[in-house]
Amino acid sequence: MSKSGLFKSSIGRKFAMALSALFLMIFLLQHLVINITAIISPDTFNELSHFMGTNPLVQFLAQPILIFAVVFHFVMGMYLEVKNKAARPVSYNKFNGGANSSWMSRNMAISGLVILAFLVLHFIDFWFPEINTKYIVGDMSGMHNGEFRYYEELLHKFANPARVIAYIVAFILLALHLMHGFGSAFQSMGQNNKYIDGLKKFGVIYSVAVPLGFIIIAIVLYVTTLN
Amino acid sequence: MNLKLKIWRQQNSNDKGKIVDYNITGISGDMSFLEMLDVLNEDLIEKNDTPVSFDHDCREGICGMCSLQINGEPHGPDKGVTTCQLHMRSFKDGDTIYIEPFRAKAFPIIKDLVVDRSAFDRIQQSGAYVSVNTSGNTQDANSIPIPKEDADMAFDAATCIGCGACVAACKNSSAMLFTSAKVSQFALLPQGKVEAKKRVQDMVAQMDAEGFGNCSNTGACEAECPKGISLENIARMNRELISAKVAVKH
Repeated sequence: MSKSGLFKSSIGRKFAMALSALFLMIFLLQHLVINITAIISPDTFNELSHFMGTNPLVQFLAQPILIFAVVFHFVMGMYLEVKNKAARPVSYNKFNGGANSSWMSRNMAISGLVILAFLVLHFIDFWFPEINTKYIVGDMSGMHNGEFRYYEELLHKFANPARVIAYIVAFILLALHLMHGFGSAFQSMGQNNKYIDGLKKFGVIYSVAVPLGFIIIAIVLYVTTLN
Repeated sequence: MNLKLKIWRQQNSNDKGKIVDYNITGISGDMSFLEMLDVLNEDLIEKNDTPVSFDHDCREGICGMCSLQINGEPHGPDKGVTTCQLHMRSFKDGDTIYIEPFRAKAFPIIKDLVVDRSAFDRIQQSGAYVSVNTSGNTQDANSIPIPKEDADMAFDAATCIGCGACVAACKNSSAMLFTSAKVSQFALLPQGKVEAKKRVQDMVAQMDAEGFGNCSNTGACEAECPKGISLENIARMNRELISAKVAVKH
């Protein structure tokens, strides 16, 4: 009975969640690094954006893997959430979860759904127009009126304060999601050893610094549009 | 002290069950929580009412028989104790106390606050043992050297009394802390290593089959465990299972 595959067991599924999470966390860091150039050097941002948007390895290898990781992490997360809810068909009249665990650890599905809603907005903002311009219209030049269009498009989006606020809210939820998720991923992979305390500290720094970086960039871009 | 109790009453596994309010008076702070329930039951019996069913055995905090979700926490608000070792001095006069059974699909209610925890027995039976030849030639245990650190960790895992507080505390009703303690107490010792790969796979498969939830690493189990079983055991079980699944030829 035990000879089924790794991913059919509860632990295997958590392991898969952790692997996809680690991949997404590395991606997030890379995304942040490129975004930082937008507020330091728009020219560099334009060049990097053009490279990422037109390099075949990025477009046809990294991008599909990324989309798969996002979809997998979401679908598996929701599947586990439904299974977990089913494990307690009658709930407690009084449940004092705060006495023994953090809010974010108990509500990863909620923070996850907010992040997913943000991703939909983010795709409508940037990804769908990009795909349309490049692969449907067929304009791979990345140019508009003789100049790279990426930075201008970015500024245009962040001129809207409602969008900036939506981004900030989403990134706060992302910080909460990461705050539990980072350490949790290592625990799910069986890493609870002498390094775990250091890893968890690094996880807290990562969970605060990365979303904060995105928030600062969004605000700086908005302020730039005011001038 | 006088208390207002809100107790889950359910005649049998088919009954829907509901919270029933009771007022209890003259409770001493030196009574254990179970003694307080004894007083309530004596009152109920005198009134020709049905006493509240609850599990208990040793009342010394070592058998793992008592349970109860008290004000939303397994074994009540005190850390590192079972319900029988929880004293009424942890409550104040006039308090309202919710008393509910441990809730999980894998722990069906038998009556009132009594739940069927035999799912734990079946997990144990699926692999928490060492197969030995009992022909009378068993060697002296001390002839196998074991590092002190490993022995201590194995012993810490073995202090699990199987009460089910981990399942009750977990938002997912996961039995990972229990199962991992039982896996660890063998996996850490040379005698247990021989069957380690098969053991962890069989026990996790049984745990899943019983309908317990998955682990979200909230740490609620560790915080509520009366014996202080560590989350390190869950990481060890994850490690053991992943490596066993990858290594074993199917």
